[in-house]
Amino acid sequence: METPEQTVMERLEQGTAPPPEAELPPAHTFEVKNMSIWYDKKRAIDNVTMDIATKHVTAIIGPSGCGKSTFLRALNRMHELTPKTRLEGTVLLQGQDLYSSNIDPAIVRRRVGMVFQKSNPFPTMTIGENVIIGLRLNGVRDRKFLNERLEKSLRMAALWDEVKDDLHKPGTSLSGGQQQRLCIARTLAVEPEVILMDEPCSALDPIATAKIEELIYELKTNYTIVTVTHNMQQAGRISDFTAFFYMGRLIEFGATTKIFTNPTEKQTEDYITGRFG
Amino acid sequence: MRFETAHHHTWRKTKSGLACTIAFVSAVLVISPLGLVFGYLLIKGAGSVNLDFFTKLPTPVGVPGGGMANAIVGSLILLALAGVIGIPVGVLGGVYLAEYGSARLSSALRFLADVLNGIPSITWGIVVYGLIVLRFKGFSAYAGGFALALIMIPLILRTTEEVILLVPNGYREASLALGVSRWKTIVHIVLKTASKGIITGILLALARVGGETAPLLFTAFGNRFWNHNLSQPIAALPIQIFTYAISPYDDWHRQAWAGALVLVTGVFCVNVLVRVLTRQRGASVA
Repeated sequence: METPEQTVMERLEQGTAPPPEAELPPAHTFEVKNMSIWYDKKRAIDNVTMDIATKHVTAIIGPSGCGKSTFLRALNRMHELTPKTRLEGTVLLQGQDLYSSNIDPAIVRRRVGMVFQKSNPFPTMTIGENVIIGLRLNGVRDRKFLNERLEKSLRMAALWDEVKDDLHKPGTSLSGGQQQRLCIARTLAVEPEVILMDEPCSALDPIATAKIEELIYELKTNYTIVTVTHNMQQAGRISDFTAFFYMGRLIEFGATTKIFTNPTEKQTEDYITGRFG
Repeated sequence: MRFETAHHHTWRKTKSGLACTIAFVSAVLVISPLGLVFGYLLIKGAGSVNLDFFTKLPTPVGVPGGGMANAIVGSLILLALAGVIGIPVGVLGGVYLAEYGSARLSSALRFLADVLNGIPSITWGIVVYGLIVLRFKGFSAYAGGFALALIMIPLILRTTEEVILLVPNGYREASLALGVSRWKTIVHIVLKTASKGIITGILLALARVGGETAPLLFTAFGNRFWNHNLSQPIAALPIQIFTYAISPYDDWHRQAWAGALVLVTGVFCVNVLVRVLTRQRGASVA
């Protein structure tokens, strides 16, 4: 193995890694403090504290069942859809407690969008309708505004050129990778502050995956992105920060370059080098 | 390990062939009544189905001709009334079972709905007779429609619930993740995705109650003339068929055959429509 310091220096020269002394930049979109989550009696997340940097990509890695999806879903209260869940601790979004009793989960989800593992464009709707449905169901009627947002979202999702003549076709007529970008466009259309991605490429072929990764890289100039991934190489390619979860606990969290080249914890190293998981 | 001998092999083949034959004969027995009934109705009734049958009122005894126009329209009115009450209650109940109800409450309601589906339809007639006919002192189209609605509700409820449960969870999650409220997600995403299945359930329920006679005897009662006042007794095809069939007049018997043919054809058409709808399911489920 090459010396870790060297690799960090190389990445620094390319300008892709944050300076080592300021590992976490000051601006945090999420501040998670002592979060624990139970499904009925089973503890899925065990006392996790971590801050998520604004306009950066944070990757969450770990073996199956380690709680990474649960953690992700707790960031926009989607985990509450599972009956009998209980959460302790606090999640602050821009300083505001997401779980305070006067907060409507629907409003949280409008600010924190989500892209799922399996692309799920609505089957009864056209490509165009799929993109603007979030706005329409949130009460936006203005046709001109909707059309503008339609084009803008599809452009941001790098899908506009491929579908601009087929907006009236069913969303399900697209290929898998296009469908996933359509779902990203649908999420972007409601202008969230954060995009959560739950293994967004795991059902896609390498070419479609590369497109989504490129898209994630572009989107982070405007959005805070948190992504769960099973793919180590992908975490290394796209993320600025990496969190390693194991058995519901946050084992290690830091700059991706550090986690992948010089992890502090033995478990992290074992997982990254493929010794388990 | 011992392999079977040739003798065993032959015996096994014989048993298999026997079982297959019995299954085939049973299948034929199941299908043949449909063919027999439809064929017999065609022979007996086709001659009396003409334009007059669809456009004229019944004639007095002994006067030839006439039709069942009032009964056909009456049946449609009764179905419309039943639909107005039964469709919203059944569909919304199904939505509740599939989307909101707690596991225990849902299974209790599901069980009750299945029991209700098995109740003989004449019981509903008597119930509505007691609830509405006696209270308002008269048979009426309202009472008939209400009785049919009561039969439709558990049917629609169960089919609606089943097709809603077929809608993949990913669509609900996708909608909720856009900040869309729960009920808007249900109306605009879930129900829209399940709409073909729900419409199928509604059509099948309408076809089922369209042929119901017993619950109408105590409620709609039947009428020999046009009736546009829903609080008065109204004619219905099944009642008319019943009345004519038990009469002593050959003329009326022929009309009853014709009525039965029209009714069965109607139900048959609805079922064909359902098949067509479910075949071009396209992207939506069931």
